[in-house]
Amino acid sequence: MFIKEYISDIYHAVKSLLTGMKTTGGYFIRPGEIITQQYPENRADLNLSERFRGEVVMIHDENNEHACTGCTACELACPNATIKIITKFDVSPDGKKKKALDTFVYHLELCTMCNLCVEACPTDAIKMAQNFEHSVYDRSKLTKKLNQPGSKIREGVE
Amino acid sequence: MYTETQIVHNNTKTTVDGALDGTGEMVINVGPQHPATHGVLHLVITLNGETIKKLEPHLGYIHRSIEKMCESLSYRQFIYVTSRMDYLSSHINNHACALTVEKGLQLEIPPRAQVIRVLMDELTRIASHELWWGAMAMDLGAFTPFFYAFRERETITDIMEETCGARLTMNYMVPGGVMYDIHPNFQRRVKDFITLFKSKIDEYNDLVTGNIIFQNRMKGVGKLSAEDAISFGCTGPVARGSGVKSDIRKLFPYEVYDKVEFDEILETEGDSFARYMVRIREMHQSVRIIEQLIDNIPEGDFQAKTKAVLKLPKGEFYTRVETARGELGVYIVSEGGTTPYRIKFRSPGFSNLSALEHMVVGSKLGDLMATMGTLDLVIPDIDR
Ligand code: SF4
Ligand code: SF4
Repeated sequence: MFIKEYISDIYHAVKSLLTGMKTTGGYFIRPGEIITQQYPENRADLNLSERFRGEVVMIHDENNEHACTGCTACELACPNATIKIITKFDVSPDGKKKKALDTFVYHLELCTMCNLCVEACPTDAIKMAQNFEHSVYDRSKLTKKLNQPGSKIREGVE
Repeated sequence: MYTETQIVHNNTKTTVDGALDGTGEMVINVGPQHPATHGVLHLVITLNGETIKKLEPHLGYIHRSIEKMCESLSYRQFIYVTSRMDYLSSHINNHACALTVEKGLQLEIPPRAQVIRVLMDELTRIASHELWWGAMAMDLGAFTPFFYAFRERETITDIMEETCGARLTMNYMVPGGVMYDIHPNFQRRVKDFITLFKSKIDEYNDLVTGNIIFQNRMKGVGKLSAEDAISFGCTGPVARGSGVKSDIRKLFPYEVYDKVEFDEILETEGDSFARYMVRIREMHQSVRIIEQLIDNIPEGDFQAKTKAVLKLPKGEFYTRVETARGELGVYIVSEGGTTPYRIKFRSPGFSNLSALEHMVVGSKLGDLMATMGTLDLVIPDIDR
């Protein structure tokens, strides 16, 4: 009786091990199912989804115009004080003063890519970009100015 | 008092090499940097030979005072921080917070958002259990399962990336619904994943579950009786492995969980293998839920209309959800302002960890890994 149990134990043990080895061995002869990606060699054809949140950027059109009114809604929505809006007063031809964006300061090192600023913006002036390779040698490079030099607000955006 | 040759630990004098004077016992530290603890958990273990006499978890190495931080954030902002608690169930954490805020605002959630939320929760649950399965096998010395688990998990993270915009800390649940509508590819890709996953889960069973070495190391180890599971406040697969009904999705259904068919998985053994089986079988149930919902996402809004600034009425609000690890409770005290007066999270990991000493005292040091692995601890969830 004891011998019988002993042998059946050994049989089941060996069988379970072989079942497992069959699984791993199977991939040996089916290398097509291996899904390893060779980053960074595959950088050129790396497709990130258009919703992927890599960093905040400001949308500029071909005339170097953006839609940011300097309303600071994004600054208030941000949980980490990543955004600092510096405003100035534009004087229009008829002599009226109007608040406008001077500098959009963005601290990439503080950003958690939560998308709350983009959601908060009433004029869709900012969006998330897909760039995720953010390492730099100097921390000061992470503080960015998002409105391009010489850019101004698009006509008709209030 | 610390001197060069003596460390005072719990009023017992130990020499630097950890031996306790005159008892034949010694104190060793597992962690805070140790591959078996999956994070910065510090266990102070008193050993006699190889037998565990005492085990004391030391917490706080990754305490970021999330609860205190939340007091200075608005009801929209605090949700993203909670992704960093139990980062493997970040969707479900966000969900719990969103539900609590909605309870305070008495907001109706559009049916489409409810279904999307449940789908995301269940995908997260599968992803979390997969990672646990790989890590669990790795604790016991098997390396291959880790890669297999990550291979399938990668498909889920890809789906998440496409729809939510992030792979781990999604911040997709917002008060009133979800942040944006599902991606046009979402349904097709989830269905592809389900088909793939069903064949792979058999592979998992062949590779690990049926393995005789694995079974011998798991069975009869880390016993937890149903009474103890209740008195330690264990929830989730840890409690269900001991036969305690604790699935919040069944007991206090939220969203559409009362409309879908699934079973609460119960095992009665209470050992490590029972907890292992609960999670494996739970993955099947998650697949079942997804299959019922994926073709039946109702049309309509994905977000209810909310004010730009949310103000909760004065009062106390509590909701609970079932994360991959157990019951997560979110308790908000509001003074009527735009930020919470106090937030408390009841995290499943903390209570589950408290049962660890009870489970391992008297067993061998090697069994500690086989037991701790099945608790599925995520340390940031414990420390917060
Ligand atoms: S993504 Fe989030 S953290 Fe980053 S700037 Fe926007 S609101 Fe702030
Ligand atoms: S980016 Fe949008 S929200 Fe931010 S200041 Fe400009 S207009 Fe306002």
